[in-house]
Amino acid sequence: MTIGLGHYLAVAAILFTIGIFGIFLNRKNVIIILMSVELILLAVNINMVAFSTHMGDLVGQVFALIILTVAAAEAAIGLAILVVFFRNRGSIAVEDINLMKG
Amino acid sequence: MIPALFFYLFAGICVASAVMVVASRNPVHSVLFLILAFVNAAGLFVLMGAEFLAMILVVVYVGAVAVLFLFVVMMLDVDFAELRRGFDNYMPIGALIGVVLLVELLMVVGAWVIGSGLPRTAVAPIPTGVTNAQALGLVLYTRYVYFFQAAGLVLLVSMLGAIVLTLRHKPGVKRQSIPDQLMRRKEAIITLVDVKPGQGL
Repeated sequence: MTIGLGHYLAVAAILFTIGIFGIFLNRKNVIIILMSVELILLAVNINMVAFSTHMGDLVGQVFALIILTVAAAEAAIGLAILVVFFRNRGSIAVEDINLMKG
Repeated sequence: MIPALFFYLFAGICVASAVMVVASRNPVHSVLFLILAFVNAAGLFVLMGAEFLAMILVVVYVGAVAVLFLFVVMMLDVDFAELRRGFDNYMPIGALIGVVLLVELLMVVGAWVIGSGLPRTAVAPIPTGVTNAQALGLVLYTRYVYFFQAAGLVLLVSMLGAIVLTLRHKPGVKRQSIPDQLMRRKEAIITLVDVKPGQGL
């Protein structure tokens, strides 16, 4: 049997769904929510690379590289906000975060 | 046969560890399972022929982002049992939405075809005879150099943002101040006292 594009797309779809499921499941824990977002971006990257190699076009891999950059930046900023929020509130419960608005 | 075997190995471990990321009781375990998921996704990238991205995934995610997560999880003294309350309440609606989404995605994946009228000319065809890293570099530094610069700017802004957010000046900590040192004049600092013999001050 040969592994084609559909197999990789199926894996990416499953990972994406697990990411969405994780956001719903851990509604109170921001750290797990950030990790779920990382999983979602990983699924997107798998899609990009799968189509890139299937179509014989390198642009998909360039895009995957840039998505990787943005994901790393997002994780750094998200965790920095989390640290500041924990210093102010002493907890990281998500339902308190709407106190941050003006 | 061997590639199929490795595909199912990497994909199976990747999906299983992703499930453990969202279902694990201890966030430290979640971070470690996230590392496992990323390593196996890098294996999938190698199978697809994108070696450079696979190595970047290992370096950036396992080496930097996951360690950052681990630092934050261990640094914040959070009562994680408190955060787990309501886990069972969110389970049915989360599972429902997850199943609906997965069925939709798999139906899309199973049914699409590339239209025959579409031109199949690649914008940047994968060259033969050079390594993946070299091919990517030939495209990234010429045609997509502005994207590359923009990615660098994104990283710069995020680094500055993280530093500005987490930097704090504690009151009561004595630091060296060069201008204050240079502005000192002896007239303002020293007073000459004429001490009489035998009396003291």
